[in-house]
Amino acid sequence: MVRVDGSGSASSLIHVRGLDKKYYRGGEEIHVLQGLNLDVDQGDFVAFMGPSGSGKTTLLNLLGGLDVPSAGSITVAGDEITHMSRGNLTEWRARHVGFVFQMYNLIPVLTAFQNVELPLLLTKLSKTERRKHVETALGVVGLSDRMNHFPRQLSGGQEQRVTIARAIVSDPTFLLCDEPTGDLDRKSADEIMALILTLVKQDKKTVLMVTHDPQVADRADVTLHLNKGALVEASKLEGARLEGTRSEGVTSGGAR
Amino acid sequence: MKYSTLILANLFRKKIRLILTLGSFFVALFLFGMLAAIRGAFNQGVDVAGADRLVVINRVSLISPVPLSYMDKIRQIKGVKYITHMSWFGGVYQDPKNFFPKFAVDVENQRLVYPELLVSDAEWNNFVKDREGAVVGASVAKRFGWKVGDRIPIKGDIFSGNWEFNLDGIYHGKDAQQDESQMWFQWNYLEERAKDQIKGRVGWYTLRVNNPDDSGRIAKEIDEKFANSSYETKTETEKSFATGFVKQLGNIQFLIITIGSVVFFTLLLITGNTMAIAVRERTGELAVLKAVGFSDRFILLFVMAESLVIALIGGGLGIIASKILAAVHNPIPNVLPYFSVPNQALVMGFVLALAVGLISGIIPAIGAMRLRVVDALRRV
Repeated sequence: MVRVDGSGSASSLIHVRGLDKKYYRGGEEIHVLQGLNLDVDQGDFVAFMGPSGSGKTTLLNLLGGLDVPSAGSITVAGDEITHMSRGNLTEWRARHVGFVFQMYNLIPVLTAFQNVELPLLLTKLSKTERRKHVETALGVVGLSDRMNHFPRQLSGGQEQRVTIARAIVSDPTFLLCDEPTGDLDRKSADEIMALILTLVKQDKKTVLMVTHDPQVADRADVTLHLNKGALVEASKLEGARLEGTRSEGVTSGGAR
Repeated sequence: MKYSTLILANLFRKKIRLILTLGSFFVALFLFGMLAAIRGAFNQGVDVAGADRLVVINRVSLISPVPLSYMDKIRQIKGVKYITHMSWFGGVYQDPKNFFPKFAVDVENQRLVYPELLVSDAEWNNFVKDREGAVVGASVAKRFGWKVGDRIPIKGDIFSGNWEFNLDGIYHGKDAQQDESQMWFQWNYLEERAKDQIKGRVGWYTLRVNNPDDSGRIAKEIDEKFANSSYETKTETEKSFATGFVKQLGNIQFLIITIGSVVFFTLLLITGNTMAIAVRERTGELAVLKAVGFSDRFILLFVMAESLVIALIGGGLGIIASKILAAVHNPIPNVLPYFSVPNQALVMGFVLALAVGLISGIIPAIGAMRLRVVDALRRV
């Protein structure tokens, strides 16, 4: 169940309370997130939408431990990450978060196999074990036959699938996807979304995704809009957009 | 070594740039090695100078002679073990390009003062008996293909006329650093033929003392003995004499250090700039590595490793190449007979390469370490 009204329990997989984020740009204070609450359970697939500059990516960065809030708390799987040191946060990310970026961000001088292997280099797995995990991840995304290809030898869709394989190879607690289909054509975007849905439905992965595309957002269990620094629910169950209205709570896993 | 693939893949990312950066390290350290060889060659006399030897010259200058009569007076000073004299002859063998130093020596005492320059007794005895005899160093004999029994014509310049010498012996240094480029002949023969110029006078004295600790006292006593005479003396250790001789050729060390420093600093700027560009190009990739869990310390070492590998491979090859080239080819054997990159310089070269690698890599590496993932991803 996804909740944005602060009524969720502390046992939620992701538990956010009173999240504030301010930036200072050119001497001006920009209050991006203001007292944001969010509860996400294991296996939820949440889409974040909103106009440019509304704080979608900022929220994703905060949830992924890439940025620190100005105030408030974020607890993931029992770990309060808000006050972790940089070093601890890095280790935490390696264990819990899988990132999928819009621009893929693969290392161009490494093959698909080597790119996917990167997170595993931080583990104590042997070379053979790493190979097994990478082959499995590339199999899941349907690129077993492209292992030794460099990113420049792959299409955009294939590159994004390699990114997804890299994100899931270490079996993280949840995936953060920032515009995963933003740079793809419709067909490739559909393939990527189908893949993400498989991860959610079959592998019970928790996915939090930022998107501009309503069609892509429609595939998520629930879509949340960022409005004036807070999350507002646009429930697919009710079939109506409730922009400007704070949600009372949304049940995840809604009808599609 | 599970990270080696990552490091190597990044190294070979831009092959031309890699080759040029390696090349700049290679050239710089090669130059460093050759400069060290040249410096070593100039200072060879200083390095091999005996700790127990003193040199007595005319206080006015090295080219002004001192009286032969001083020899016995110096010998009487307490602590003096042996004394000999030498005189610069000059002269040209066939062509001025064929330069090698020629000295008129005191045949009775030469070997006592310079025991490290070895000549067989048989050859030496022939030399002593032969008024026109000469002994040359092994490298000169090899250079001109001379063998014992050859007749050597020398055209005089300081001492005019045509001179001919019989080659009676060839001397060898006790070790590789010894100077084997000299020619010796009898001072008596010189005095006989150039009475007007040299009668009763010699170029300088070299003496060995019983105890090097007494060198200061002995030098002082010698100079005091001849103070206020027509030929005042200046006595110093052979090492400072050799150093002074080198200084006459210009401040070689200063030049070498200056050129070396300029090259070193230029290299630092080039490599630092290259590393900074390489890091800037990869900002997004470094951010991704951080995002997936690579620590700040790993990123620091990762960038440093690249810089160090380039420095050590390029610099190492450069210094080794200079060592090999100096060993197989001496570009100016007639001027600098001993031409070799000292092992000390070899080690220092590696240390320098390492230092340049560290210094040039550290700033971009710290920049990469401090990189905020969020900022870096926004720039991509």
